[in-house]
Amino acid sequence: MRGSTVRKILVGLAVLGLLAAGCASENPVLSSGSPPVGETAADCAKGVTTYVSPGALIVGTDNPAYPPYFQGGAAKGSQWKLNDPATGKGFESAVAYAVAGAMGFSADEVRWAVAPFNQTYAPGAKSWDFAIEQISYSAKRARAVDFSDSYYDVNQALVAVKGSPITNAASLADLKGYTLAAPLGTTSYDYIVDVIKPTKEPGAFSSLSDTVAAINAHQVDGIVVDLPTALFIADPFVQEVKNSVVVGQFPTVGTPEHFGMTFVKGNPLVGCVNQALAELKSEGTLQAITTKWLSEKTNVGAVPVFSTS
Amino acid sequence: MNGPRADGEALRLEAIHKSFGKLEVLKGIDLSVADHEVICLIGSSGSGKSTMLRCINLLEPVDAGRITVRGEEITATGVDVNRIRRHIGIVFQAFNLFPHMTVIRNVTLAPMEALGMSKAEAGARALELLERFGLADKREEYPDRLSGGQQQRVAIVRALAMKPDIMLLDEVTSALDPELVAEVLNVIRELAAGGMTMVIATHEMGFARDIAGRVCFLDAGRILEEGPPERIFSAPREERTRRFLQSIIEAGRM
Amino acid sequence: MGAGGGGAPELYELPPGEPDPGRGPGILSGLRQEGARGVLIAVVSTFVVAAAIAFAVSRSPNWPAVKEAFFNGEEFRSSFPDIAAKFIRNVEYFVVAEVFILAFALLLAVMRSLSGPVFFPIRALSILYTDLFRGIPTILVVYLLGFGVPSLSLTGVPSSATFWAVVALILSYSAYVAEVYRAGIESVHPSQAAAARSLGLSRWKTFRFVVIPQAVRRVVPPLLNDFVGLQKDTALVAFVVVVPEAFKEAQIIQNADFNFTPLLAAALLFLLVTIPMTRLVDWLVSRQRRRRQVATAL
Repeated sequence: MRGSTVRKILVGLAVLGLLAAGCASENPVLSSGSPPVGETAADCAKGVTTYVSPGALIVGTDNPAYPPYFQGGAAKGSQWKLNDPATGKGFESAVAYAVAGAMGFSADEVRWAVAPFNQTYAPGAKSWDFAIEQISYSAKRARAVDFSDSYYDVNQALVAVKGSPITNAASLADLKGYTLAAPLGTTSYDYIVDVIKPTKEPGAFSSLSDTVAAINAHQVDGIVVDLPTALFIADPFVQEVKNSVVVGQFPTVGTPEHFGMTFVKGNPLVGCVNQALAELKSEGTLQAITTKWLSEKTNVGAVPVFSTS
Repeated sequence: MNGPRADGEALRLEAIHKSFGKLEVLKGIDLSVADHEVICLIGSSGSGKSTMLRCINLLEPVDAGRITVRGEEITATGVDVNRIRRHIGIVFQAFNLFPHMTVIRNVTLAPMEALGMSKAEAGARALELLERFGLADKREEYPDRLSGGQQQRVAIVRALAMKPDIMLLDEVTSALDPELVAEVLNVIRELAAGGMTMVIATHEMGFARDIAGRVCFLDAGRILEEGPPERIFSAPREERTRRFLQSIIEAGRM
Repeated sequence: MGAGGGGAPELYELPPGEPDPGRGPGILSGLRQEGARGVLIAVVSTFVVAAAIAFAVSRSPNWPAVKEAFFNGEEFRSSFPDIAAKFIRNVEYFVVAEVFILAFALLLAVMRSLSGPVFFPIRALSILYTDLFRGIPTILVVYLLGFGVPSLSLTGVPSSATFWAVVALILSYSAYVAEVYRAGIESVHPSQAAAARSLGLSRWKTFRFVVIPQAVRRVVPPLLNDFVGLQKDTALVAFVVVVPEAFKEAQIIQNADFNFTPLLAAALLFLLVTIPMTRLVDWLVSRQRRRRQVATAL
């Protein structure tokens, strides 16, 4: 019927109109600041007016905060499930306090907030000034948040159960036939897919604890996590994964990965933090922190590197 | 139970009592029905006619008393209820055809599943019965496409397909439009003429007068009066019987 | 017992208390009746409402950032093929689970309907089961079975988390669907069972040939509604399985790219499956209503 065709066209136009209305918007002008040459991190930080709580520096990290990035336990009744970042113990806790100090904040002026991982990149204002939680930089991610410079260059490592066949693997090619998994949101998963390219489909789990549960439940042959995390969970005194061993660490392929702190886009504090990192690096402080928390404290021993063949 | 039809007592009710909760509906029913006899039950609603019929085929358990069918006491403990019911046909006021099955499937279901007949055998018997009562052309229809009178006739055929010894008919025309009543009554007349033992609860007094060998007037859970239709309808002995019949005449139903 | 002359029991009559999804006006019902003028008014008013909503949303302070994070066209295009490929798994899980749910739930409903004191343990078991699995959130059951059972390392029992996650869906949904069946069974008038028993059919055969077929036909709309729920809940397996289905895949891309648009892509895929199902339910119910109207006019 002619009438019904006309109706269909009109209804279609209405739908198109809806879409058009929804797409009208402006593009924001985004910018990040950096301090002029010669200015110290402390001066820079004093000039920032957009602190969440003026007079204090609020740092965000996820809960639970895992070792070796955060240590020292948590008091009973605290909102922090595993480790309270305020102890200053653990790699990222130490880095945060060092950066805060370089920016002129005393330890008392530093406070911590729970920053769930997928909140760190959700749009909208945050209740923290920056987040530090093993977030790897990528160009795609930098569309959504501002990254600080690197505070740690990351290697990935493989954890598996002692005695299982995968522990004999020595090269990337040896790993192709196994089922591997990684926590969601880590570049460990990308490493599996892009570099190892296994024949069996890899898995990703919502959190580190679920990933660990998966290998404990024999769902996967091995899990890929960043090296410090691997050293922690396979630690003979910890054994998050029962009877586990760090099979090896993965060679850097292409540009090395690094962790950065993340900020709401356009937050001028990035520049100050970068300055602080530069100062800490040149003073050797950052290296000292890294050595203290990520090398000295492992009981796992030397970890071989997988060959790329 | 499927033996040759010897003349004798088809059905006996002795001192049947039945209550629903606190309400006693049957207060001591005694009735004897001979083979080939047609009994009509009359009485006002609530007098217990339906309940009595439902007790006979054990749809309702009796509280006290004994029911005997062709010499077998069916109210005894340990009786196989399903077997008993296969020999007693009952047709309800609301037809109760199975709406999700065609007419012929309605009729062949029980012979196949309860009597173990083959599909061909059951189908042949069903077709024969449907033809006899003028319903053969409706056999592939679903019940909701039939008129009320046709549905009720199918219900009767469905009961007959089991070759029952006794047929119980519970106000089977009360839910029908008047012009459809006659076709159903004719079916029942034909059954009676063929010698089927029947107990019929009905409001149709004219029909009862024609067909009954004996009429029982139920009042408040008892058979107040029983006898041949000529006597009951023209010279009832009990006052309540008279009053009931009077109200029927006034309502124009006689 | 008294039905009127010519009336047979309604087949798709919903059990009492069940909301009738088809009773409201259909989407286009007003349009058909009122002709071109009605269509024009409908279009104009839709435009006005849409424009008003779009205006309000786009004026909210952080809209540009939200649009970038949730409605990113480039991200949608790049993630959609991967997510769509993984969505096949959701469909597989749904189909497999649904078959078992329909059977198991019917068993539970029949167990519940067995009357008489000798059957009390069976009835009690069925009630206990439905209470348990209607009471525990499905996601918990998925977690408990998906991680818990493989950890036990039992021999002779499948160890795949996917298997146990789907089992969890089956156990959970069977409890709901059993209640739907039960409502259907109880909505079949007792006179139907009385008629069947009067013909000498056993209790079981009465159930099988007379009650259950009618019960199932009556509850097709609420059953289909439960189907829709199951289609969506296949996403719950994401939390325990190794191989990603659509939701997990969307999360993987979301976390890698720091963008939420992949979730939108996954949502769209679910809608592609669930919307036709809900329209089917509406159509089934209204078709039966039309049949009923024709039948009573005869």
